[in-house]
Amino acid sequence: MPTQLLFPENWVDKYSDYLYNYTIVRVNNHEVAQDLISETFLAGLKSSKNFKGEASERTWLISILKRKIIDYYRKSNSKKGKAEVRINYNDEDAEGDWLEERVSDPYDKTAEDEFENEELRMVILECLDTLNKKQAAIFKMKTIDEFDTEAICNEFNITPSNLWVIIHRARKAMMECMEKNWF
Amino acid sequence: MKLSLIIKCNEATHVCDKAQYKEASFWEKVSLNIHIIYCRLCRKHTIRNRKLTQALKRSDIRTFPEEQKKILKERLRQEMIQ
Repeated sequence: MPTQLLFPENWVDKYSDYLYNYTIVRVNNHEVAQDLISETFLAGLKSSKNFKGEASERTWLISILKRKIIDYYRKSNSKKGKAEVRINYNDEDAEGDWLEERVSDPYDKTAEDEFENEELRMVILECLDTLNKKQAAIFKMKTIDEFDTEAICNEFNITPSNLWVIIHRARKAMMECMEKNWF
Repeated sequence: MKLSLIIKCNEATHVCDKAQYKEASFWEKVSLNIHIIYCRLCRKHTIRNRKLTQALKRSDIRTFPEEQKKILKERLRQEMIQ
């Protein structure tokens, strides 16, 4: 008897944001990331019989996604030359510019920052998981997608004051969760 | 409408929430700032709220596009029927 079960009908709502943020830093392309996630869900559905229930649903989906990402890089590498970076310094006007370009940019994000940001994203997503469904949906729309108050109110059929109450509760829960896990 | 710069805690928290989305007016922000001079709890809350906003901004988090979610859900549903 498996301890964990699969509920593919909930996958998109529950995991697509998480997987999306996981993928985007690895492939650096929105469309590719979206395709990889669709493929992951479909592959998961096909091989759901192989799910032993030892890991959580999400961990299992991530393991499929990882393989998809590796496959994507294999494919793009086999198109020879495409993965190479080509820099052209034949432009006469730009002569000498390359020296300046080689000076390290102090504002450039370092790999460490990027790594920290990814961790932060994952913590935020974990915390969003602790909110109830409606709260999370509204909070995401308002805060991440930056929709207007009016548009969200229409979508959920609520008044602006309802919206602010929901936002306030969501923010409070997020603050508490983030304080435990991040700050 | 009486414009008052002295506000209660519940108003202050509301203004603070609005300020996180740049939806608080100038006078609302002034009244919030006056309020948090003497109200320790709201001051603490305001700092935490700002911290959350900054974290969200810095993280550069994205959501899977809504219309893509719908398409994907439909595809999964179709696959499950078969």
